[in-house]
Amino acid sequence: MSATSHDVAHGHEHSQGFIRRWLMSTSHKDIGTLYLVTALIALFSGGTMAMVIRAELFQPGIQLVDPYFFNQMTTLHGLIMIFGAVMPAFVGLANWMIPMMVGAPDMALPRMNNFSFWLLPVGLLLIASTLLMPGGGPAGGWTMYPPLVLQTGQAFPFLIFGIHILGISSIMGAINVIATVLNMRAPGMTLMKMPMFVWTWLITAFLLIAVMPVLAGAITMLLTDQYFGTTFFNAAGGGDPALYQHIFWFFGHPEVYIMILPAFGIISEIVPTFARKPLFGYASMVYATASIAFLSFIVWAHHMFTVGMPLAGELFFMYATMLIAVPTGVKVFNWVATMWRGAMTFETPMLFAIGFIILFTIGGFSGLMLAIAPADFQYHDTYFVVAHFHYVLVTGALFSIIAAVYYWLPKWTGVMYNERLGKTHFWLSVIFVNVLFFPQHFLGLAGMPRRIPDYSVQFADWNMVSSIGGFGFGLTQLLFAYLVIRSMSGRGEPASARVWEGARGLEWEVPSPAPHHTFETPPEVR
Amino acid sequence: MAHAQGGGYYVPDYSYWPLVASAGLACMGAGGAGYLQGLSWGPYALSIGLAIMVVVFFGWFGSVIREGLSGLYSDQVDVSFRWGMIWFIFSEVMFFGAFFGALFYARMLSVPWLGGADPATSKVLWDSVALNWPTAGPGMTGLEFEPMGAWPLPSINTIILLSSGVTLTIGHHALKAGERGKLILAMWATILLGASFVSLQAFEYFEAWTHMNLQLDTGIYGSTFFMLTGFHGAHVIMGTIMLTVIALRCMRGHFNPDHHFGFEAVAWYWHFVDVVWLGLFVFVYIL
Repeated sequence: MSATSHDVAHGHEHSQGFIRRWLMSTSHKDIGTLYLVTALIALFSGGTMAMVIRAELFQPGIQLVDPYFFNQMTTLHGLIMIFGAVMPAFVGLANWMIPMMVGAPDMALPRMNNFSFWLLPVGLLLIASTLLMPGGGPAGGWTMYPPLVLQTGQAFPFLIFGIHILGISSIMGAINVIATVLNMRAPGMTLMKMPMFVWTWLITAFLLIAVMPVLAGAITMLLTDQYFGTTFFNAAGGGDPALYQHIFWFFGHPEVYIMILPAFGIISEIVPTFARKPLFGYASMVYATASIAFLSFIVWAHHMFTVGMPLAGELFFMYATMLIAVPTGVKVFNWVATMWRGAMTFETPMLFAIGFIILFTIGGFSGLMLAIAPADFQYHDTYFVVAHFHYVLVTGALFSIIAAVYYWLPKWTGVMYNERLGKTHFWLSVIFVNVLFFPQHFLGLAGMPRRIPDYSVQFADWNMVSSIGGFGFGLTQLLFAYLVIRSMSGRGEPASARVWEGARGLEWEVPSPAPHHTFETPPEVR
Repeated sequence: MAHAQGGGYYVPDYSYWPLVASAGLACMGAGGAGYLQGLSWGPYALSIGLAIMVVVFFGWFGSVIREGLSGLYSDQVDVSFRWGMIWFIFSEVMFFGAFFGALFYARMLSVPWLGGADPATSKVLWDSVALNWPTAGPGMTGLEFEPMGAWPLPSINTIILLSSGVTLTIGHHALKAGERGKLILAMWATILLGASFVSLQAFEYFEAWTHMNLQLDTGIYGSTFFMLTGFHGAHVIMGTIMLTVIALRCMRGHFNPDHHFGFEAVAWYWHFVDVVWLGLFVFVYIL
């Protein structure tokens, strides 16, 4: 786009002034940017903690940090990456893209949108502040199982209220997404014409509203058990510590789909663009997403096979979990079929999307192994589990977020990123991430337990390999930050409206950068 | 400087309320946590946070009411508000679901297991302790308490709350028929019934606490009883405040027969609170 339209697009924003624009915003684009920037900061904060973990595990023995601090690092790494990086990044993408994709002037409830965002730093800072408190941060794992988590010191209520506030933020964000999708679509944009990203987010938003309150209930019970003498999780009073795990994972399993369904949507946008073919099996994609969401409510106890459950429960949760492979397989098949005989090119978003399809599928397969209840007795709480969920969360969720950023960054900023550096970022990432996580399968199968700062010497070699991969992967992401900041400061080749030759959809009909108010008059969708 | 978008969708330009509300919740979160940990600044921060939230409720809802009265909200905006309220209530349903789930788990699984149905559990922990609901748990067998029966207070409260749903519906019909006097009367009747419910519930708690030795720390029975009825009671108090605001707005003539979403949202909320009570009445008091 020309410099003139760039000025026009920004004229209105500048007249608002910095404080009004960024602190009191009701613009889905500015709020989306705030979400994404916050997620990037959280990614590097949580990533720094991962570097501490991998540095400690570089060699056997206690090397660098106190074991208690190591436990704080594993706990906060999990919490910050989930609640601070992955979920907010998806909400940021939803904010930016959903109104443009459905032809709406903004999100349905713009002020509540800003409220959702500003609760995010509040909740994250409450949780992060615990590191500075007497007794340090929470160290019982991100899952906060009692009775261990009840031994947390001063940090405990700050952790609980921090998560409450993040939950309120997520619920309001999800309500906004549903109201936008159901009420703000342009004339002619029927549900079955919506882009897959919008569909997956609609279903994700439903999951969020259904399960974040359940997490709030679980941690409220932790709080009253600690301070008000209730005995929900205390067997002496007729309660059960395993009850917490049931409630937590009733939230926790839909939560993992909250972190992957939008990723499925992103991949379903990118693959057709660079294969220059429409998405194969659109309707089956929609139904597969809905099936995965439904199944996510009836599989929670597969996280608890070793905790003690009636045999019927073990079997039910094992088979229900395996069923998820069917709709997920439909999706992978559809992406591959979309690429089949397509006129493919391999720009950075496509590289990350293909990386996602292959590596996420590896994570899916290790998930199937973990779903087998008798086998899980061997794998439970080992590095095999760590390898599994990092394949689905790093090469799954995070790769999809990175792919989305490269894909839509020219639309947001009006300039192209540096393609050569983008590709470099991909290849370094994909090599290092496998060096980092693939050996953890071997460590887990050999019996190395997770969340322990020291290990037997027979695990030394693969841990060192894994740590080297970790440092390499961490450093590589600095390149990503550089490319994003470069584009945000407007440096780079001007981007056209369509940006990608094969791109289809309403967001590509407007200039790059997208004007402050995209669809003041709703577009007609045929 | 707000402007209606093409198609008439109202997008407010900017607002400081979200930021102020976030600051309020930040004070409440940090202050509440500090208070629980006995830190000196805790109660102050908590109070400041609560005060900020009160200001936010007046300010934010006040501007929404003004915008509504000045006709900025099209039918499409109305639908957004409806979806917002529906899904908010759904999230509340799921929140109560967690506590109902805890109650069912305790009654169907953990208490029977601890009482001998699962020998692997009871042998290791409290062997040969017979447990029957209601119980304070195997480790507190010396604790004597009287469970809360369904008669008389909870049954009376059930009638009161169900009647309040009826009066509210009468008010809604009156509003749609344009019968102002009847509407205002029905609203205040509803509020009176809500306040009666809360008063009787407070009396029930007082009785339980002082005469029946039934307290929050009376094992799993006390935990589930007070957490379920307590969160419900908090919602009734909130609902009564909301009804009062709506009643005052009715008296000021804010609503017309065709356009009164504020009224409907509060009515939905009140009926939701009603339905939760029916669940409580069945599973906490009767069964």
